Amino acid sequence: MSCQRMTMTVNGDACMFEAHPMERLLDVLRETLGLTGTKEGCGEGECGACSVLLNGELVNSCLVPVAQAANSQVVTIEGIGSPGKLDPVQEAFLHCGGSQCGMCTPGMIVAAKYLLMCNPKPSREEICEGLSGNLCRCTGYMRIFEAVEVAAQREEGEAAT
Amino acid sequence: MKCDLSQGAGLQQRIVGTSSVRKEGVAKVCGTARYIDDITLPGMLFGATVRSTIPRGRITKIEFDPAIPWHEFAIVTAADIPGSNCIALIQNDWPCLAEKMVNHPEEPILLLAHPDRHLLPQAVLGVHIEYEPLSSIHSIAESERKDAIVWGADNVLKSYLMEKGDVDAIWARADYIVEGEYETGAQEHLYIENNGVIAEYSEDAGLTIWGSMQCPFYVHKSLVQLMALPEGKVRVVQVETGGAFGGKEDYPSMIAAHAALLARKSGHPVKIVYDRAEDMAATTKRHPSRTRHRTAVTKDGLLLGGEIDLVLDGGAYSTLSSTVLSRATIHAGGCYFWPSLRVRARALATNTPPHGAFRGFGAPQSLFAIERHMDRIAAAVGIGPEELRRRNFLRPGLTTSTGQEIPAGVDLDHLLSRALAISGYSEKKQRFEQQNPGRARKKGIGIAAFLHGAGFTGSGERRMGSVAAMDATSEGQVRVLVSSTEFGQGTNTILCQIAAEALGVDYDAVHMAPADTSVVPNTGPTVASRTAMVVGKLVESAAVEMKRLLIEGDYLSEPYATADFQHAAADYVKREGGLCTEGRYEAPPNVHWDDEHYRGEAYGAYAWAVYVAEVTVDTIDYRVSVDDFVAVQEVGRVINPVLATGQVEGGIAQGIGYALYEKVVWDKGRMCNNQMTNYIIATSQDIPPIRVYFEEVPYRYGAFGAKGIGELPMDGPAPSILNAVSHAAGEDFCAIPLLPEDVMEKLVRAKARATEEIPA
Amino acid sequence: MRACPEQYDLISPGDLPSVLALLANDPGKWLPVAGGTEVMVMFSAGKLPQHNLVNLWSLPELRQIRVLEDAVVIGGGCTFAQIRAHAVIAAEFPLLAQAAAWIGGIANQNRATIAGNLANASPAADSPPALLACEAEIELISARGSRRLHYSGCHLGYKRTILAPDELIYALHLPRRFAGWRSYARKIGTRNAQAISKVCIAAQAKVTDGRIQAIRIGMGSIAPVPLQLSEVEDLLAGCSVDRLPVVESRQLLNAAITPIDDIRSTMEYRRHVAGNLLEECLRTLSEASQ
Repeated sequence: MSCQRMTMTVNGDACMFEAHPMERLLDVLRETLGLTGTKEGCGEGECGACSVLLNGELVNSCLVPVAQAANSQVVTIEGIGSPGKLDPVQEAFLHCGGSQCGMCTPGMIVAAKYLLMCNPKPSREEICEGLSGNLCRCTGYMRIFEAVEVAAQREEGEAAT
Repeated sequence: MKCDLSQGAGLQQRIVGTSSVRKEGVAKVCGTARYIDDITLPGMLFGATVRSTIPRGRITKIEFDPAIPWHEFAIVTAADIPGSNCIALIQNDWPCLAEKMVNHPEEPILLLAHPDRHLLPQAVLGVHIEYEPLSSIHSIAESERKDAIVWGADNVLKSYLMEKGDVDAIWARADYIVEGEYETGAQEHLYIENNGVIAEYSEDAGLTIWGSMQCPFYVHKSLVQLMALPEGKVRVVQVETGGAFGGKEDYPSMIAAHAALLARKSGHPVKIVYDRAEDMAATTKRHPSRTRHRTAVTKDGLLLGGEIDLVLDGGAYSTLSSTVLSRATIHAGGCYFWPSLRVRARALATNTPPHGAFRGFGAPQSLFAIERHMDRIAAAVGIGPEELRRRNFLRPGLTTSTGQEIPAGVDLDHLLSRALAISGYSEKKQRFEQQNPGRARKKGIGIAAFLHGAGFTGSGERRMGSVAAMDATSEGQVRVLVSSTEFGQGTNTILCQIAAEALGVDYDAVHMAPADTSVVPNTGPTVASRTAMVVGKLVESAAVEMKRLLIEGDYLSEPYATADFQHAAADYVKREGGLCTEGRYEAPPNVHWDDEHYRGEAYGAYAWAVYVAEVTVDTIDYRVSVDDFVAVQEVGRVINPVLATGQVEGGIAQGIGYALYEKVVWDKGRMCNNQMTNYIIATSQDIPPIRVYFEEVPYRYGAFGAKGIGELPMDGPAPSILNAVSHAAGEDFCAIPLLPEDVMEKLVRAKARATEEIPA
Repeated sequence: MRACPEQYDLISPGDLPSVLALLANDPGKWLPVAGGTEVMVMFSAGKLPQHNLVNLWSLPELRQIRVLEDAVVIGGGCTFAQIRAHAVIAAEFPLLAQAAAWIGGIANQNRATIAGNLANASPAADSPPALLACEAEIELISARGSRRLHYSGCHLGYKRTILAPDELIYALHLPRRFAGWRSYARKIGTRNAQAISKVCIAAQAKVTDGRIQAIRIGMGSIAPVPLQLSEVEDLLAGCSVDRLPVVESRQLLNAAITPIDDIRSTMEYRRHVAGNLLEECLRTLSEASQ
């Protein structure tokens, strides 16, 4: 079937592009829009490396047909902080060792941001549950849990000031 | 964070020993790090592989479905290989593309390339291959029995015989003879980034490969032979690599060869990236093993000696089986003193994709067996598992099973005491035993004590003659030039820390040169837990030499700040035309290894560890959960506490998977659970609190005293967990992965025996 | 990724009547897709035979949860995240709230819909046992009208439901009569999260004066369809909680279930564990404090 014109707001920017409706949101982000930060790890919604926010909700972009994201707001890792101004979650990952090979990291950080958005003071158990859809093969998760706790404390501290 | 170094040697350095931030960390947390599938070259095609669907047989026909527009595709067969049709590793029996015979499911036969990535899967299905199937073998038992001969004259890819003392004389003196058989299954690396590569070829420029890999010079060597090109016409560049664990030690040579052939045939750059299903089914796995122990023990629990029969399943081609077998053999006796020992080790061929390197490299298999066996011996003799180990630990002055003398500073006794204290072992063991009867959820606690040799075995390091270099630019920017690669374990960070320390400059002033064979010297592969210890030492030497040149040349005098150093280096470069120094490997004195008889100093240094696992065995669903995990290890020197802790935690998570979750389900040599849905690794909700403690007894010949730590944590979890499960359930579990189905079978059978419903 | 997206069509008619008209005009041609957590997996694997899909994701008519006096009506397009977060469902239908929490990880819960879970009809689906135990009714809709039936009549066989080719699952109706009932739910998966169930049970019982007035037990992954253990329920009705016929219940269970060997588990394991779960269920439901 032919390509269709679609629009999406990605990281705050309006994007217009052409895509087949059944192209995966993941592939449109990476290939059409050149946002290669979001990764493919499994293509079946198990590993979470492709996690993005779709209209403010955490989703696996490998399972979203792009037609369902038309006229939606998408946030990817590129929309969270930047090398010059890191988000507290990114800062925490950096200092706590939450990223090793880095392949799960974009999805993990998006999931962590989402968790803290929904629950600014998560317990360790809630962190485990919030990240249970993001697989990491390198870290054993411990440094990641710590990073989320550090980020939560810092954001709480900033909110209080 | 709490990284416990309270028992450290108290060495104070500015940078080494601190948790410098990961060198490439900002790029990783921002998503700007570029992995191979993030990279596109102009005019690039995509490649795909047509693979065997049978385990063994002759190819009789290849037909191309007329519905596919084949004229749009580049097609490569074995006939297109300019050099030798093999991926050169050790024995050179690994075909790049099958010609007439296939010897395992998923064996590559044909390659396709096309500009549209989405057309390739259907094109692959459009190549119809007919075979004359031959009988195939799919287990160690079948290979041993020679149900079919599928490799060489007798299916034996490699064998070793390692002997110490007079084993035959001990049986008569034994108070107990304890036997056991222990099995480990295959394990899939499951790096989150699948294998991927881009190749570009022209007659003039030669071949360039970019890819996800551990060893650029391994790929270089294989391609020189495959493509019949001079060494200077092959360039291999490692790009950001999303996890490896050994799975990208040998396999990248294969995928690089495929991309290279397609690039040559098509005249375009070609990218091949596997999807998860292909990567799991077609690439290497950890060698399955079967180990049989027969041990002579005194009534006080002292080992008199033993026989160990160790077999690895190597898959269809020999690839790295000889070296995996070597490490397995040397570690088979564990961390104990054996007055006499005989190890018969064999790697056997089966019709499955060749097994390969995986973190631990034979040691996890061997150490699982000996550590389970020690608990069995303890039960037979009537001594506690911890006491039995104490009585038999290697100590300074005693010799290993290869006759290597243990140096001063090795204190397993202390590590054990510390691990037991931290984990509350004695109190818990007693309490669990008292409380378990009558409870549905039974608790257990188990120990594993072990060692892991760092660096290459025996003469391996000497033979490799690794070289590291450092250079400076005309702006005074300093670079480390090594072929050691970063894939999450911290290579970039620790080598820059070491260099900065030795140069006397800030960490931020040192950078890594790209792991590009046209830029860096061959520092050897990034394997065998050698990077901190061996490569770090070479980097340290190169840095020391650079500092010496500047000071003795009067460009610099102490004390100096980083800016002073940079000015001095810039001056030197301007005046002398360049500043480049080297560190060349020198074998430590008194390291002699006899390859033929497997005797002598097997490794320059060992790391030592004691792990304690606390588990619950639920007799309602038969699931095992790990409730607490204590890991105490002596590693020479911790270069970076956060990174080192992360390595241990990650290795333990993989070890927990190896023990309890990660089962490869085989169907006639093919992995049929090749999806993340069905190959189970731990999620964040499956991990216990992991408590990591380091001790430091500096190793003189390692960078700042460092020994290797990357693989060590893989060795301890499976045996400590199975020891704990056996403690909890009161039954002996001897095979991994141990799934709830296996626990159920054993407990239900035991219960039936107890109530005399079925004969024992 | 093994599919060629240009060979597929996904259309978004935009409202329910248009979708139903489409399905009526060409029955069997258009595969409905909501959250895509099943369909897109098959698509990516190159194993989706249907090339024409109709988008249900944006249909507001399917996305509501309505709290009526005697029932809670959950639109078929509601995600498990919505279901889990709903205060009345969490309070009065804890079995369903628990089932929603079992689905994949958070990202999957944000997309997977209850209708999708039922229409896909995997025997290992997480929500059916809870729906059976809650006496749910399923409302199907087509251009021809709507019909309601007890959910237990929905599954005809392995991956076969009662849905006609032009029908969609419009809503699930859960009767609000379980206040004060004791509940028990447990899923045995391959790991603690992101796991396909090997055995799953959801049960609730009304206990007064130490007797079971009524009990409802749903089980998954032990037959080609989700099972309601009606014979066990009948046996237990009226029994004193101190003298529950556990052995006989277990025998009835054994006769009712037909577990299999598959890539994840074995027949024997499922059989044993199903029995153990039933025992634990009865033990738990008979305890006074809940």
